[in-house]
Amino acid sequence: MASTPSNGNPPAPPAHPDGTPGARLAQDIVIENAGGDAVGAQAIAPDHAARAAPSPRPVPEVARPTSGPTSGPTTGATLDTLREIEQFLYRQSELLDGKLWQDYIDLFTDDGVYWMPVTPEQTEWEGSPSIFAEDKHMMEVRMGRVTHPTAWSQAPMWVTSHVVGNVAIEAEAPGEWRVRSRFHLMELRRDTVRHFGGTYRHTLVRQAGQLKIKLQRVDMFNAQAPYDYVLQVWV
Amino acid sequence: MNVRQLVEPDRVHRTVYTDQQIFDREVTQIFERVWVYCGHQSQVPQPGDYHAFTIGRQPMFMVRGKDGQIHVLHNRCPHRGVQLVGNQKGNVGGALVCSYHAWSFQLDGKFRSTPLPHGYDGTRVGPDNPDCSVKRAARVDSYRGFVFASLSPTGPSLLEFLGEAKVAFDDMCDRSPVGEVEVVPICHRVIQQSNWKFFMENQLDALHPSVTHQSTGVAAGRIEKQIKEQTGKAPLYYHYLSAFASKFEQWDAVQTINFPRGHGILKAYMGLRPQDPDTRAHEAMLVEAYGPDRTEEYLSRGIHHVLVYPYLSVQSPLQQLRCLRPISPGKTLSEIWHFRLKGAPEAIYRRSLWYYNLVNSPATMVNADDLENWTKGQWGLESEGGDWVSFHRDHGGDSEQDGVIYSNHGTSEAVMRNQFRAWVQYMADTL
Repeated sequence: MASTPSNGNPPAPPAHPDGTPGARLAQDIVIENAGGDAVGAQAIAPDHAARAAPSPRPVPEVARPTSGPTSGPTTGATLDTLREIEQFLYRQSELLDGKLWQDYIDLFTDDGVYWMPVTPEQTEWEGSPSIFAEDKHMMEVRMGRVTHPTAWSQAPMWVTSHVVGNVAIEAEAPGEWRVRSRFHLMELRRDTVRHFGGTYRHTLVRQAGQLKIKLQRVDMFNAQAPYDYVLQVWV
Repeated sequence: MNVRQLVEPDRVHRTVYTDQQIFDREVTQIFERVWVYCGHQSQVPQPGDYHAFTIGRQPMFMVRGKDGQIHVLHNRCPHRGVQLVGNQKGNVGGALVCSYHAWSFQLDGKFRSTPLPHGYDGTRVGPDNPDCSVKRAARVDSYRGFVFASLSPTGPSLLEFLGEAKVAFDDMCDRSPVGEVEVVPICHRVIQQSNWKFFMENQLDALHPSVTHQSTGVAAGRIEKQIKEQTGKAPLYYHYLSAFASKFEQWDAVQTINFPRGHGILKAYMGLRPQDPDTRAHEAMLVEAYGPDRTEEYLSRGIHHVLVYPYLSVQSPLQQLRCLRPISPGKTLSEIWHFRLKGAPEAIYRRSLWYYNLVNSPATMVNADDLENWTKGQWGLESEGGDWVSFHRDHGGDSEQDGVIYSNHGTSEAVMRNQFRAWVQYMADTL
């Protein structure tokens, strides 16, 4: 081991094997791109690359109402319709948080479907694994289950709080609207809070003057994260 | 610690579910020695495809080599320990390259290169030093496309380990006209706030469904009846749920078969052969492939669940599999998979998909109540309100032949007694 010189400075490093004098400072070393040749990990393994390119996900158009102060692309929906739809979504949240299951199910048309796919790439509610894939009959089974006296998992105190926002009408046909919104859900069960969030896509129709859900698609951003416990009712 | 004092023929001490030292021993003496399920070969179809998982406490991954062989490696770079694959699944390309200093390895884990290799001149680092290659699982084998690895260089072969429980994979694959399944590339992961044994005991526990799942069984039965009255016929998947409310006596009439090493079968015919066109088309395909006798043999196996102890529950008639990865005495990760019968009609997949969605998804209407039981069970056993767990039901009332225990009642706690028989052997053999 080299002894420390008496002046207190560290010993001079030996000359580099290429002959350059010993004392090279960090700022003397210039790191250049080798000019197009593979460098770094690519030089070590040129065929090292993730094979699957991320699938592009287009940002959906935000349709603007025709009336009101805005202009631009439009679905023809009026500002009144947008307001009505927003109020509808707020009411949906209140029904879920209020555990008013029958009222929530009544929001759906007779052929309505509640669907939570596992991945955003899924396009059909049947034929691939889903977290929820329920027609109205199956929703009634779920309601019947959680309200049954021996639904043991319902004994612990649990409450939820939904917030819905970013409401936009994506498409409109006569009497039918495709609506996109974002939701955030907090759930307290016993002493534990869980968070879920994501996108709702509602297909709404008007029946006897009332908005009804033909399809509620729920893309949860944490759909594939591990679940600490399960989802007992609709999100 | 003497584990034999904790396990009596008809009861076990609560600490086997709660004690950290016992759990640590389970990890090293059971989970890191037995054959552990890695995944299905169809999860890594192309060279460089990988899938990551754990064996005991060891982060591992399986990766498809350029020659098509599947390798199971520790997820650790031999240089500075950094994990080599950073996702649950993906493709690494033609070589494994560490993200820290670009040590690189062949897809079978062998040392390949480093940057500026002269920096290692005269050192121990080089292709001939096994310490410079990625550590491999001691043994890798597969059965009918299902890949297993063992971290122990010695011990029974995969087929010896599986024993009669290998029927789980036969029963899945034989329902395909080409004898193969392929994975549905989605994995539900659910955390159980309970010891892994709760799950393993529950799976063949025929007394609990009518109690635990009564709410779902009754609710589904009501709607099933309503649909029948309206249309004459309710879809089969309502029956999947309503069957959970069967009478105690019906469950008691089934049988469990309990094998050495803790494996077991709940023998109950699931009634998946309605006389609809899809089922008939499927059966015709099987007859074409295997002949009428073997088809009949394959389709009449009375299997509800098969357990591969200590971590796998297979519902082979519906091609679903749940795999446990224990995390701590009171915390267990379950991975839930579904498979397609290669070459079978789409309708047969969709029929089993209903079960996967209704029973095995994270919005399950069935396991919600199981998880609640196991959580409360774990809390109860952590308490000092009592020391023993009772497995007395039908103790002395089972039949045993050649080491296999046949219950004479479906609800016999022979299942748990048999699992602990294996547990003691695993745990005590090494003391």
